[in-house]
Amino acid sequence: MSNQQWPAEWRAWAEEVQATFPNATSSLMPFLHRVRSQQGWLTPEALDAAAELLGMTRQHVDSVVSFYTLFRTEPTGARTIHVCRGLSCMMAGADTLMENLEHHLGIAEGQTTSDGAVTLLEAECLAACDLAPACQVNLVYRGPVAPDAFRELLEMPVEEPPALARRAEQSGAQGAKGVADRE
Amino acid sequence: MSSARPDRHYLLRQRDVPDIHQLEVYRAHGGYEALKQALEANQPDQLVELAKASGLRGRGGAGFPTGMKWSFLPKDGRARVLVINADEGEPGTFKDRELIEGNPHQLIEGMIITCFAIRAPESYVYVRGEFLHGYERLTAAIREAEAAGILGAEVMGHPFAHRMFVYRGAGAYICGEETALLESLEGKRGNPRSKPPFPAVAGLYGRPTVVNNVETIMNLPPLVLKGADWYRQWGTEKSPGLKVMSVSGHVNRPGNYEVPLDWTLAELIEAAGGVRTGHQVKAVIPGGSSMPCMPASQLDTPIDYESLVEAGSMLGSGGCIVMDDSTCIVRAVARVVRFYRNESCGKCTPCREGTYWLTDIMDRLERGDGEMRDLDMLLDVSDNINGKAFCPLGDAAVGFLVSAIKHFRGEFQEHITGQRCPLGARQYDTAIH
Ligand SMILES: Cc1cc2nc3c(=O)[nH]c(=O)nc-3n(C[C@H](O)[C@H](O)[C@H](O)COP(=O)(O)O)c2cc1C
Ligand code: SF4
Ligand code: FES
Repeated sequence: MSNQQWPAEWRAWAEEVQATFPNATSSLMPFLHRVRSQQGWLTPEALDAAAELLGMTRQHVDSVVSFYTLFRTEPTGARTIHVCRGLSCMMAGADTLMENLEHHLGIAEGQTTSDGAVTLLEAECLAACDLAPACQVNLVYRGPVAPDAFRELLEMPVEEPPALARRAEQSGAQGAKGVADRE
Repeated sequence: MSSARPDRHYLLRQRDVPDIHQLEVYRAHGGYEALKQALEANQPDQLVELAKASGLRGRGGAGFPTGMKWSFLPKDGRARVLVINADEGEPGTFKDRELIEGNPHQLIEGMIITCFAIRAPESYVYVRGEFLHGYERLTAAIREAEAAGILGAEVMGHPFAHRMFVYRGAGAYICGEETALLESLEGKRGNPRSKPPFPAVAGLYGRPTVVNNVETIMNLPPLVLKGADWYRQWGTEKSPGLKVMSVSGHVNRPGNYEVPLDWTLAELIEAAGGVRTGHQVKAVIPGGSSMPCMPASQLDTPIDYESLVEAGSMLGSGGCIVMDDSTCIVRAVARVVRFYRNESCGKCTPCREGTYWLTDIMDRLERGDGEMRDLDMLLDVSDNINGKAFCPLGDAAVGFLVSAIKHFRGEFQEHITGQRCPLGARQYDTAIH
């Protein structure tokens, strides 16, 4: 297969990360980060593209991806909320905050709403315990978020990766599949 | 008598100088003067000696003397590398995030000074994946430094050439361990390597490598300008200087505090506004959740490395978690043990299996379904992890647990005899199963 099948953007990124990190193996994670921030998660095509464009086996790519929590391989909402469950945040009410979000959204931690809009995840200590209970929305910090003020996390403006926004518009179907995949 | 708090910040300079993350502002306030002086007036080895004389110790957790670490590099002519550990994931610690977001040029300046000292043409910063803002700030600062001729083929007109890279992690606490970090930086899974060989001999891509924490290296610019004696005006003989302590939990003003290393825990808590009115301190973890806790009776302990070890704990990363009398210690331990289970890389059996068992038993105790023999079982499993795991994460997983049983055994027992939490703490239960 020729590299031409991949989006021009991905091909350009692959060249860029390989130029930035002279030692080729180090180019994988920077490439995955760029694709991840574009689409919110890593599709099977993205993993194939990483392997092919960076000259690695797909098995190697998979083994790396599965090690890191930010590299998700399931459909992920345009708005990804991480609620910190670390000790300091727990002491400040993080569990209640999580429960409130779960009830409001009708999903459990780890799932995506059926319209594909919101993914709710727990995080370990986010190194922002001074903001306890601390959260991140698409990796932007927010805190302290009082348990009753959970709506902030749903209303706070976020930069939506264009591909994500498109996907959320297109179908609730894919988002719902994300939930099904978890169970 | 503890030393007085300095009249200004030397690390958290953004507290005194707004917008110091911009090159122009940093320079207007003396930024890169130390680098200039280091390049013009020093031989590399003199800078290693300066680090040794200051007594500066690593702020990433282990407290290893920094100058000594640098002098372990083999003198075999191979190109050396400096890797900065900005993976900050130790629960309760949030200093490196604030430092790289607020004062990135001081890190860059400290790194170039260090690289000149150890003769490293390349350096890397491994930034925790979640630190998007910090990553962007640091990257922007490096671009500014390159454009200003501070980084590149020449450093401020000096023929010392230097390249700096920023690399993002992607969510894995174990990557803070230096050899796991190097694996991750090479684009692999973050499993720790066996030592020896130590990174000084075979580190990143097999090159001689120094791994240092963000805060450690940010001490270099003021040290170069003011000297070792200046630094030694704070702290103790063996633990000199200033330390950024992250104080969180039940204090009125959680945050980072840059304090002399001979302050006591009580003084630190006082600086953070004290505990909530109507409450008393119950326990403190002084150095991140990997360290044993200390009961309120030990609050007069100074925070220097030696005093905390003597008191049964460790300074670690300086993540001081304060728990007041409303805290259920069983629930706190359950949460921390689960963290290590989630973050165990799975490479060795004692840690992978042990943290699983500990989490299981703690859940049972928290629910009120525990039995008396569970306490012995907890200590037994801990014994089988402690000192027997492949990397220090294993020991880290049991420090708080074992100390909590030692100091608060009665509270564990009450959970068993009363079949519930005596403080009425509620266990988190997911809303939708
Ligand atoms: C499980 C584990 C996690 C660690 N996490 C960090 C970390 O986030 N940041 C850090 O600087 N050091 C961390 N360390 C310590 C590093 O292995 C290493 O000792 C340190 O980066 C050396 O820098 P220093 O000498 O300047 O302290 C961790 C160690 C272990 C065992
Ligand atoms: S102690 Fe835990 S984290 Fe360290 S190598 Fe073993 S399984 Fe991995
Ligand atoms: S415990 Fe939540 S940010 Fe540290």
